[in-house]
Amino acid sequence: MLSVEHVSKSYATRHGRREVLNDVSFKLGPSENLGILGRNGAGKSTLIRLISGAEQPSAGRIRRGMRISWPLAFGGAFSAHLTGLDNLKFVCRIYGVDHEPLIPFVEEFTELGLYFREPVMHYSHGMLTRLAFALSMAIEFDCFLIDEAMVVGDVRFHERCHYELFHKRKDRAFILVTHDANVIKLYCTNACVLHEGQLLPFPTVDAAYDFYQATMAARPEPVEL
Amino acid sequence: MQIAGAASLRQCLDIQRRVLHALMMREVITRFGRENLGVLWLIGEPVIFTLGVATLWSLANLRHSSMIPIVAFAVTGYSSVLMWRNASNHAGAAVAQNKSLLFHRSVRVIDVLITRAALEIGGASASFILLSSLFIFIGWMPMPADPLKVLFGWGMLAWFGMALAIFIGAGSSFSEVVVRLWHPITYLLFPLSGAAFMVDWLPERLQGIVMVLPMVHGVEILREGFFGGIVPAHYDVGYMAVCCLVLSLAGLSLASEASRRVQF
Repeated sequence: MLSVEHVSKSYATRHGRREVLNDVSFKLGPSENLGILGRNGAGKSTLIRLISGAEQPSAGRIRRGMRISWPLAFGGAFSAHLTGLDNLKFVCRIYGVDHEPLIPFVEEFTELGLYFREPVMHYSHGMLTRLAFALSMAIEFDCFLIDEAMVVGDVRFHERCHYELFHKRKDRAFILVTHDANVIKLYCTNACVLHEGQLLPFPTVDAAYDFYQATMAARPEPVEL
Repeated sequence: MQIAGAASLRQCLDIQRRVLHALMMREVITRFGRENLGVLWLIGEPVIFTLGVATLWSLANLRHSSMIPIVAFAVTGYSSVLMWRNASNHAGAAVAQNKSLLFHRSVRVIDVLITRAALEIGGASASFILLSSLFIFIGWMPMPADPLKVLFGWGMLAWFGMALAIFIGAGSSFSEVVVRLWHPITYLLFPLSGAAFMVDWLPERLQGIVMVLPMVHGVEILREGFFGGIVPAHYDVGYMAVCCLVLSLAGLSLASEASRRVQF
């Protein structure tokens, strides 16, 4: 069971403190899933970082009664001098897992070939993304944190991620945050909307979808440059 | 795997061990790479520094006291500087450089700092042992009069280096100013740190001033271990221990506060 209890998060800015999340609470049991919809800047990634434990809430608490993943496909921790294999060894050491049996899976999924044993600084963006995703799948978790914006790639990559996550690991819990309402409809059985710092629950995914579309129409998303 | 609230002390220690091991392996490759001499640079850098300084001092023939062999004086002095200076300097940038690792829940600010400092202290120790053995073997340096005291002095310097590194490293994660100030301060501290003099050579008034610095006590212990009673050593183990303890506690609490404040 994951339980998020009255969690708030604010950041210091040059114009005073800015509250990103305000009294957010929810629970997630084993094998359950939750889709969280929110426009850009709504605090989706902040919430994911808090749940993963990378950052601490300003108020409230988060209880993790199951093994929670790091944000899926997060590749920022790659060091340029380490090879793909070194990075696999690193996460395996951190989580106390033997890396040897995982090598075939990671090599097969990343399709890095010889580059698996080359320093990461020679990788293309696509290679990095595949490695990051494969490492997230190499360690077994009870609950995956998915920030949809981080899993970017071509159609084939998406299909393979989809298969690894939603078929091979369909018994696991997951939290998916996205600004794309259709993604939530496709994968999730429960949905919330993150709106003005608050997490609004809805009885059905469709209800969340309708509310989100309405708020989007009422206040069109600013054009990103 | 970390399960909140349910981890016993043994599990915690196990996680700690795993995390430090993982970070250490990663740090070694990141810092020194695989090409050329790789990890040997960990020892190579301090060896070159110490050799250079020992040579310069021998050439300049600093005749503070003809009783003390200049090479042994340079090796003990400069190695002890490396202990507190390298660790704290490298720890200053550690949190900023390794921030993304904190996405793994079991990796904390303190782990990153301990890894950095341990690597530097290990490197300085290895170079100290290597150079001393080499110089003793070729006869430029006498055997230590009291090896246990050498070990004790070195241990105290290591404790001071580690505590200082954690304090400076954690402090830097609050404000850049800490690193910017610390670098010039290390230069100013160098001539006062006991590396280039023995306390006994100083006028009494100056002695009282330099003895405020904890590392001076460490170097004096180290040299007493090497040279025996040739020059009387001035130190207060209790004072140095209290300084190290206070610095350690301050560093640990800063690091835990830094952990709480991490933001991406």
